Amino acid sequence: MTDRKPHMDPRNSFQGLILTLQNYWAEQGCVIMQPYDMQMGAGTFHTATTLRALGPKPWKAAYVQPSRRPKDGRYGENPNRLQHYYQFQVILKPSPPNIQELYLASLAEIGLDASLHDIRFVEDDWESPTLGAWGLGWECWCDGMEVSQFTYFQQVAGFECAPVPGEITYGLERLAMYVQGVENVYDLNYNGREGAEKVTYGDVFLQNEREFSKYNFEAADTEILFRHFKDAEDECKAILTQGAEGNRQTMAVPAYEQVIKASHNFNMLDARGVISVTERQSYILRIRDLAKACGAAWLQTDGGGAEG
Amino acid sequence: MPELLLELFSEEIPARFQRRAADDLKKAVTNGLVDAGLVYEGAKAFVTPRRLALTVTGLPARSPDTREEKKGPKVGAPQPAIDGFLRAAGLNSIDQAKIESDPKKGDFYVALIEKPGAGAIELLSAMLPKILADFPWAKSMRWGTGTFSWVRPLRAITATFGAENEEPEIIPFATNELQAGQTTYGHRFLAPDAIRVRRFEDYVMALERAKVVLDLDRRKDIIKTDAEQLAFAQGLTVIADEGLLEEVAGLVEWPVVMMGSFDPDFLKLPEEVIIATIRANQKCFCLRDASGKLAPNFIITANTIPTDGGDVITAGNERVIRARLSDAAFFYQGDLASPLEHGLPKLEDMVFHAKLGTQFARVERLVKLAGEIAPQVGADPERAKRAAMLAKADLVTGMVGEFPELQGLMGRYYAAAQGEPADIADAVELHYKPLGPTDKVPTDPVAIAVALADKLDLLTGFWAIDEKPTGSRDPFALRRAALGVIRIISENGLKFPLQVEPDLLAFFHDRLKGTLRDAGARHDLVDAVIAGDSNDILTITQRVEALSALLSSEDGVNLLAGYKRAANILAAEEKKDGKAYGGAVNQDALQLPEETALAFAVDAVHAAVMTHVASDDYKGAMAELGTLRGPVDAFFTAVLVNDADPAVRVNRLNLLARLRDTMHLVADFSKVAG
Repeated sequence: MTDRKPHMDPRNSFQGLILTLQNYWAEQGCVIMQPYDMQMGAGTFHTATTLRALGPKPWKAAYVQPSRRPKDGRYGENPNRLQHYYQFQVILKPSPPNIQELYLASLAEIGLDASLHDIRFVEDDWESPTLGAWGLGWECWCDGMEVSQFTYFQQVAGFECAPVPGEITYGLERLAMYVQGVENVYDLNYNGREGAEKVTYGDVFLQNEREFSKYNFEAADTEILFRHFKDAEDECKAILTQGAEGNRQTMAVPAYEQVIKASHNFNMLDARGVISVTERQSYILRIRDLAKACGAAWLQTDGGGAEG
Repeated sequence: MPELLLELFSEEIPARFQRRAADDLKKAVTNGLVDAGLVYEGAKAFVTPRRLALTVTGLPARSPDTREEKKGPKVGAPQPAIDGFLRAAGLNSIDQAKIESDPKKGDFYVALIEKPGAGAIELLSAMLPKILADFPWAKSMRWGTGTFSWVRPLRAITATFGAENEEPEIIPFATNELQAGQTTYGHRFLAPDAIRVRRFEDYVMALERAKVVLDLDRRKDIIKTDAEQLAFAQGLTVIADEGLLEEVAGLVEWPVVMMGSFDPDFLKLPEEVIIATIRANQKCFCLRDASGKLAPNFIITANTIPTDGGDVITAGNERVIRARLSDAAFFYQGDLASPLEHGLPKLEDMVFHAKLGTQFARVERLVKLAGEIAPQVGADPERAKRAAMLAKADLVTGMVGEFPELQGLMGRYYAAAQGEPADIADAVELHYKPLGPTDKVPTDPVAIAVALADKLDLLTGFWAIDEKPTGSRDPFALRRAALGVIRIISENGLKFPLQVEPDLLAFFHDRLKGTLRDAGARHDLVDAVIAGDSNDILTITQRVEALSALLSSEDGVNLLAGYKRAANILAAEEKKDGKAYGGAVNQDALQLPEETALAFAVDAVHAAVMTHVASDDYKGAMAELGTLRGPVDAFFTAVLVNDADPAVRVNRLNLLARLRDTMHLVADFSKVAG
């Protein structure tokens, strides 16, 4: 670990943790992106992962992605569960031969040194039914706690990934709780300062958690949500139709944004408990169909490596 | 003699695939060697999380030369036949074949195919890429820019061949841009440097120095022994868990065992909950104290030698376990706060099977069925119905949501906590049982009623929608359910005829035949006892036992011989006459004393056997049959069945038919071998 000011030390500071990871991956040649400006369930939905995973072009990126899981809200009363949390996402395409070593060095940067800690790669296969994506990899354990997910993408949006991207996802709150040694997420030191200067995670997010839990579970208008789901689905198809020019696609990314919208609306409806078990599967399939169409569209763009 | 060393060094192989992969590697390579004509003396495969290794000893440096004669067509055969022969034999012209003469067939061509042996290294370098490409991983993946698939990215290949005291040669081959060589790496953290490998002997020693225990079983031994010692020092014992031990040994190359503890206050939770939490989430072993109670400690198996002696690792694991147990306590308290039946409406949202409705519909069926079964198994119908109603309610509790393997068990805890009688609470747990051939079988009538209802509903349901098991496919574990029914009935000695459709009854028969054979019964006796409509498992079992007892006596063996003779005569005469015999025996037409004696004996035995069978006394019935031995023997010594007088003959055939029918009251003796 390089010398740094105490308030930037990941062991004292949530933002210090984020900045350390960001600097580390920037040093490894990643494009440091900013969060996608839409509500999404995981960093994987960011175009920098989903779309860039497809096609022949090399790509290295890292970014923080706020992740919305409406169903996981606990009104701020559970020390570990949040309906809004941060993921730190790294995507390296093609996956380099030393990707595990790069990852382990990132842990050392944030204070999890392999000479003191027990770090393991425990089998974990990843699948996203809504994105039509799957991969193989591990959960990475530090002293018995899962601190990251490590996945070699095999398929995204129903298309084979070639070359294969390696994806690393750090659950930032959980990782920060571990390195800071706190038991409650709201007690995390956010800015690394002490005394009157100190800002905790609870200062920043506790009110949000309470308000959004109430909104997600009790207040969100389900009729509007159903409508928005349908709107996003229709819009996605319309965009793809209008964007098609011969064997090229001119609006793959705007169409894909509608997939993100549809998916978030579905998650909201799920939290509201208005989707029955049997309907659930059909909603997931509808989103997957959109994702596949957008994956196909992306492959007809420059970014997706289309020729001519 | 030369030996082969092969190591496939990769990123972490899932623990559950490791042992199988070592076996598959050994099988693939040794089969390949034998097919290539390379006979070997010994082979052994090894596996760690990061490597699959194989040593094959006693190999020849070359495969032997072979000579084969291939017969061809006749001289003068049509050209297509000649061309085909040339192609198959690898000849350019028919002049290369010799001509042989056969006195019967005339002259024909023979090709002499001589294959010189090849160098083992050359053969291996052709064989190994194919073995790697076709490796039967249950799940495999690509990585980087390659197209090759392996369980996780393959990072290095070592492949050497050579005799002792020689510098071995590298077997030249490549896969996915990886070239085979003689470089491997030690433990990921403790000794990550490259290691130059020559032969298996120095390979194992170098790995050991580099903190890698190559042998999975040795790692298991180390973990087990070290854990037991650590526990013993604290007056504790480790709860044996072979599955967990195998998994943990597949997660480490250098096992280092440590002990952690948790707040004894958590011991208020059911111990199964604590064990499940610590096992599933942390892959740690639990411990008991001298009195057999769960101890507030656990055993961690780390994959490193930490510089601080393990304080940080232990503290980290303790933190995670504290959080997990807090979650479990939260679920447990939450579940206890509302009665089990409050969960029932939620079962309406839980699909059991698309064609068989929700779990709630299933519970309704179980309640009805358990109520019907109860009187037949000595249970109070109301209690059986109550137990059936609560049986699936724990599926929607927080705890079972978190740990599905605790289904049933949590239901019992929650039922007992809300004051249900013990037999009802126990039935909630035990209705899933038995889950396998060694699992315990419910013995209390209420539990029996619900357990039978659960399994019979499952079987009749899947039969109704035609989702029967086929070959190795049995996704709903229907074979296990049928075996469970059989064990519950026979081990409890229940008179419980199965009222199911013929095809499902036949499915039960197949399972029952297997069970009886596994218990040592002869195949033919089982077949003799099970008829198409036999639906009473208990009597089938009893009949088989009684029959095998009869046939192990001298009387039984002789009686069987007499029966066979009678049956053969009957079969021959019935065929000749085109009619079946079975009419009444005419007392007046009996000529000889032996004939009369048999007729009286069969009459008496027939009546007695009927009585015994009616009261399910198969031993008694068999004993009665046994008494027929004397009269039967005497009959065949003195009496000629095919008398010249048709009336006498027919009467004797009717008598034999009467004997056959009497014996068939107990079993179909025609299916008994001997």
